[in-house]
Amino acid sequence: MQGFIYPNEFELHWGILVVVYPYVTGLVAGAFILASLERVFNVKEVQPTYRLALLTALAFLLVAPLPLLAHLGHPLRSYEIFLTPNRQSAMAMFGFVYAWYLMVVLLLEIWFDYRKDLVLWYQSEKGWRRYLYYALTLGATDLSEKSLRFDDKVGRWITIIGIPSAFLLHGYVGFIFGSVKANPWWSSVLMPVVFLFSAIVSGIALVLIIYMISSMVRWKPVDMRCADKLAAFLFYAMAVDVSLEMLDFIHRLYESEESIGILTQLIESRLFTSLIVLQLVLGTLVPLLVLGLTSPALSKESVLKVPDELKRLIYLGAAILVQIGIFSIRYNVVIGGQLFSKSLRGLTVYKAELLGIEGLLMAGALLILPFIILWVLVKVLPPWTDAEAQLPASGEGGAGQPTGALP
Amino acid sequence: MMPTDVPNTAGPSAAEESKRVDRREFLKKCGLAAPILLGVVRVPLLEAQDSYDPSEHLYGMGIDVNKCIGCGQCVAACKTENDVPLDSHHFNTWIERYFIRTDEEVEVDSPNGGLDGFPPKAFEGADIRRTFFVPKLCNHCAEAPCVQVCPVGATFTTEDGAVLVDDEYCIGCRYCIQACPYGARWLHPETHVAAKCTFCYHRLVDGLVPACVEVCPTGARLFGELEGRATPLARFMRFNDLQVLKPHLNTRPKVYYANLDGEVR
Repeated sequence: MQGFIYPNEFELHWGILVVVYPYVTGLVAGAFILASLERVFNVKEVQPTYRLALLTALAFLLVAPLPLLAHLGHPLRSYEIFLTPNRQSAMAMFGFVYAWYLMVVLLLEIWFDYRKDLVLWYQSEKGWRRYLYYALTLGATDLSEKSLRFDDKVGRWITIIGIPSAFLLHGYVGFIFGSVKANPWWSSVLMPVVFLFSAIVSGIALVLIIYMISSMVRWKPVDMRCADKLAAFLFYAMAVDVSLEMLDFIHRLYESEESIGILTQLIESRLFTSLIVLQLVLGTLVPLLVLGLTSPALSKESVLKVPDELKRLIYLGAAILVQIGIFSIRYNVVIGGQLFSKSLRGLTVYKAELLGIEGLLMAGALLILPFIILWVLVKVLPPWTDAEAQLPASGEGGAGQPTGALP
Repeated sequence: MMPTDVPNTAGPSAAEESKRVDRREFLKKCGLAAPILLGVVRVPLLEAQDSYDPSEHLYGMGIDVNKCIGCGQCVAACKTENDVPLDSHHFNTWIERYFIRTDEEVEVDSPNGGLDGFPPKAFEGADIRRTFFVPKLCNHCAEAPCVQVCPVGATFTTEDGAVLVDDEYCIGCRYCIQACPYGARWLHPETHVAAKCTFCYHRLVDGLVPACVEVCPTGARLFGELEGRATPLARFMRFNDLQVLKPHLNTRPKVYYANLDGEVR
């Protein structure tokens, strides 16, 4: 503790779990927006990651409410948010935004996209898997050209609705912080936008990581066109993200409101490692530089010619650094916003506990859980282009699937 | 009235007679005055009512910074009255001590919320230009950010102007604590729900003033109706230049300060 803090500010109320929540939600929104690139904007190169991105979004979305639930003083009363929401409260909308995104967008899109495969798997599998796939088709086993065209059309529309929904999901999380006028570190109209773009950055980086590692584990070659495109998109999203954050930073500095003194102290002392070192240098500048030089982001050919093998390593390393950077952003927002007193006269410290329901181990478990869910999802619904079920020759052609098995 | 003409069988002197009557009169008067004296102690400011109707009231508090001596009686009374944990980081009300130095540096402290008073402070370097105590509590804002953000509506504003928390309903998300610009809210370590000053609402409905107001030895705190009645608070608001804390946030507090220094946040 340094300077004066209000006596009630001794305890930090939003801990590491509330850092995990926007981080995980951001990955969901980002992965979904990446998936929609292929579907709506017809970016063919990233097609191998389309289904993988959708399943990743689902796995993380299922985990997203858990850190919040674990953090509540009375988790058993959480359903009241649905039953008697205070319509003035930004947080009260969580349940509805979440339910809309899960039920209307993600599950529907995945179902329409996989329906053909589910039917074919149901027809070819044996034992309990046969029943599982039949259950997943929800009884809709029609494989006529007309019905497949319908699947494709609906899937496309859901994606179109899904993009603003993904924006809503994460922009809304940013709004929860950005609308707290009592807190000068949070209170910013740019907060939802910054959250959104950092979400896109983290989502693309995560899918890139999962794609590379899953290819490695499956002993399949990485489609370099896809990896290059992902790296280029990651670069563009980061460029926008870092510009927005710089805008926010310069704006604060130039306006220089009464909070500027304490916020400067905050950055210089408490947040130096997590903001300057992790978020800015390692999480943003290094990946930007590396991706700018090695990916085809700035010109058709990359600035530096590097062999594919090395390039893959560089992409993977950059994407991991980006994840560290984005997690630091969430930490700097959530924890950073509570490290200074609202009297603007002092700083406090965050002491993370290791065990306990709001401890570091719990946070770690909640970050690993989505990967376990994803593993199960991938087992049930293989997202690989080479695993996609093919229609018998007679039924092909109008299937509406833009896929073909890759070499 | 009791009969005063007691049979005069013993035949005392005239002087004795008058002395005896005086004593009787004195005791009688004491008997009559007793309820009035007790009443002054019991019900000083608010009207006692059989059935409390919140729609007939709008409460606020006035604090004269010049009168606060930092004794901490209000903090102690509040902790006792409202079962606030006795540790040093849970307070419905607390006192801050300000030192404005000649070099314009400001030092603020609030050891144990002012519960035990304030120990003398040694200074190095610049001299003290002015120093004062500021009692703080929930401002019971008319536009309370905590009420706005509560996802389930467990925090609400009563008709008579108090901002309260429904213990049975609060989910413990602590968004209200983040949204309060004054640091007036805390999470109860045992019940895991948000807690705060209630203006001693349980006392208001009985016609009593909040505990902190009742015990203040200098009358630095005044409590009462904000609208249209000749209460001490109304006089306070008429005869003082008033300020509220953080007016730029437009929370419209109902705790009004007189003689508040610009350095107080």
